[in-house]
Amino acid sequence: MRIALFATCIVDAMYPETAKSTVKILERLGHEVVFPKAQACCGQMHINSGYMPEALPVVENHINAFDTDDYDVAVAPSGSCVASVKHQHPILAERLGKPELKERAIAVGKRTYELSQLLVDVLGITNAAEQLGSYFPDTITYHPSCHGMRSLKLGDRQLDLLKTVGGITVEELPEADQCCGFGGTFSIKNADVSSAMLEDKMKNICSTGASACAGGDASCLMHIGGGLSRTGAKPKTLHLADILASTMEETVTL
Amino acid sequence: MTQVFLGMPAPGHGNLFEEEPFPQAAHRELGNTQMRKNLRHATHTIRDKRLKVVGELPDWEQLRDAGAAIKNNAMANLEELLLQFEKNFIARGGIVHWARDASEANKIVTQLVKDTGSTEVVKVKSMATQEIGLNEHLETEGISAFETDLAELIVQLGHDKPSHILVPAIHKNRTQVRDIFLQEMPEVDPNLTDDPSKLADAARTHLRKKFLAAKVAISGANFALADTGTLGVVESEGNGRMCLTLPETLITVMGIEKVLPQWEDLEVFMQLLPRSSTGERMNPYTSLWTGASADDGPRNVHIVLLDNGRTRALSDRFGRTALNCIRCSACMNVCPVYERTGGHAYGSTYPGPIGAILSPLMTGIEAEDNGSLPYASSLCGACYDACPVKINIPEILVHLRGEDVDTKRETHKIPTQMDLLMKGGSWALGKGKNIGLLEKALPLGRLMAGKDKKIKKLPGIAAGWTQSRDIPAPPNKSFRDWWSDQKESK
Repeated sequence: MRIALFATCIVDAMYPETAKSTVKILERLGHEVVFPKAQACCGQMHINSGYMPEALPVVENHINAFDTDDYDVAVAPSGSCVASVKHQHPILAERLGKPELKERAIAVGKRTYELSQLLVDVLGITNAAEQLGSYFPDTITYHPSCHGMRSLKLGDRQLDLLKTVGGITVEELPEADQCCGFGGTFSIKNADVSSAMLEDKMKNICSTGASACAGGDASCLMHIGGGLSRTGAKPKTLHLADILASTMEETVTL
Repeated sequence: MTQVFLGMPAPGHGNLFEEEPFPQAAHRELGNTQMRKNLRHATHTIRDKRLKVVGELPDWEQLRDAGAAIKNNAMANLEELLLQFEKNFIARGGIVHWARDASEANKIVTQLVKDTGSTEVVKVKSMATQEIGLNEHLETEGISAFETDLAELIVQLGHDKPSHILVPAIHKNRTQVRDIFLQEMPEVDPNLTDDPSKLADAARTHLRKKFLAAKVAISGANFALADTGTLGVVESEGNGRMCLTLPETLITVMGIEKVLPQWEDLEVFMQLLPRSSTGERMNPYTSLWTGASADDGPRNVHIVLLDNGRTRALSDRFGRTALNCIRCSACMNVCPVYERTGGHAYGSTYPGPIGAILSPLMTGIEAEDNGSLPYASSLCGACYDACPVKINIPEILVHLRGEDVDTKRETHKIPTQMDLLMKGGSWALGKGKNIGLLEKALPLGRLMAGKDKKIKKLPGIAAGWTQSRDIPAPPNKSFRDWWSDQKESK
């Protein structure tokens, strides 16, 4: 398959390793990965902050970049950005009175998958160790990010993949379904409430004794990781893609 | 009557406003550690109960779909249904009053009470009368209103405000309740303990006298059935049943969105509501009444049909499904923001996620500090998942943020930091080559981070982030540049 990587702006600029990991996993499976260079961002930050006219060029750019015949499916290592592409883009187009853009947005959304969705539903991965060679000899816990869990209904796809990584121990995260408090600009507009939510999330992560908290969204992981770093807590954060890409020969380190 | 379109329907009034910016209110409430402990305990208990009883129904999702469909249909045919209800209610001996807003409703109710010659009324728990500030209005007219729902009684005796639509005293624990009773109930046993059954006994003794003496009761309603002209109240304590049956006059104040097409619709809502609100399969008391009867129950039965901003909400095509709300409170019970701030932070009678959309939809995003309400959410979506009538609250919150920003564009002469950030972001993220250009500056960020590879302090609004989180040092090179170097040079 020819798979277009939608890196997402945060991974592109702040966590390039996660995008490289995504490429590695897909190439390991024998697929060809392309990177549409016109891509920038899904526009979620603008939309969720209420800046709809400002979101339009960002959304239009994404749709232009991905509304091509140059690939079979698109994939992003983020539940939140994929949810925005699938659900928010058509709504924004409707709100701003752009029916043609809405149709194109729906078409792009249909071909766009979150990483675990692509791996499990399309590529039939059920055992990461066997099928991807994934190996990570450490103890992790897992935070299911809200948009993946609730907007995309990912269920246990990410967790099941993690559990099948070679050498890994997965400790259950108490109150896992609770939001970490990130919420984009919520974290700065309502910094106190956001911090209170983060505090509880960190407490639960630390209670597992895991070396790292894994997740499928770099933004939530940046939030959780930023809090853990500030408090000097031991656990790090690590993206699902980085754990799946880790092998016996090339093991990712925390 | 000729209908003249006068533009946007009138906004609502009463207790529907955020009175200070939400972050400021939240900051204060977050400092109340006792309240946070009480709330955490109460919301987590009710969450677990709800999940258990919802899980028992294999067709729960279909029930939610049915609930949403019935409500959408009712909202699309609201005018016809209300007229049908009015006709049937009158035919069975009831009297119908229409109130455009809170002050009209308050005036109507006051006059009805005065006509009976009574200066005291007993009340069934009701959100509509909280919304219009009826008790306070009656007080200015020399009429005392006694809340009979236990939690409303606690709030009233404590000179407090409700902080939850189902459990108005959720922010109080039982020791605090005992203290309120000891202070405010003159006849109470001075050795009253905080044992819940003893507290309930004290309330029962206190209320019984009121029920037997009252000539007038005021209620809200959970449903109005258009095809039969029936009203319904769903409750747990039976105190509502007392009010609905003992007094001579019964006045119901109900929002116009509560009307359902037909009796059979109760089948769906009587499954959805108790499970979503108290986490019970069935609530203990469901009272239904159709008009007045000469030898049973109240002789004089009135209904005040209240708009108070509901048609305004209905006119918003992206927000109107908020009117589907059946006031179950599941959204606030699962909301991580509500759990930490409590209901008072939202200002309005309607707190939590549903309040953050209902208050601005009914009164206007520009009213008071309502513009801060739609941001009181991380958009985690737990509310949408829990909503028995599938109101997509996160989507409406985002819609209202758009309204807020657009409204302020007209008034802000000088752009805010957020305006500038979003404008700049629109350019930077609007083209692959623009973000690529900015990413060339990533090494600068590494310098900012210093030796420990952490950015610990940011200026302006970004300081909100660094108050509790670091930012890692950015990479030397973006993925985009790596891709160009690795993949395209081959």
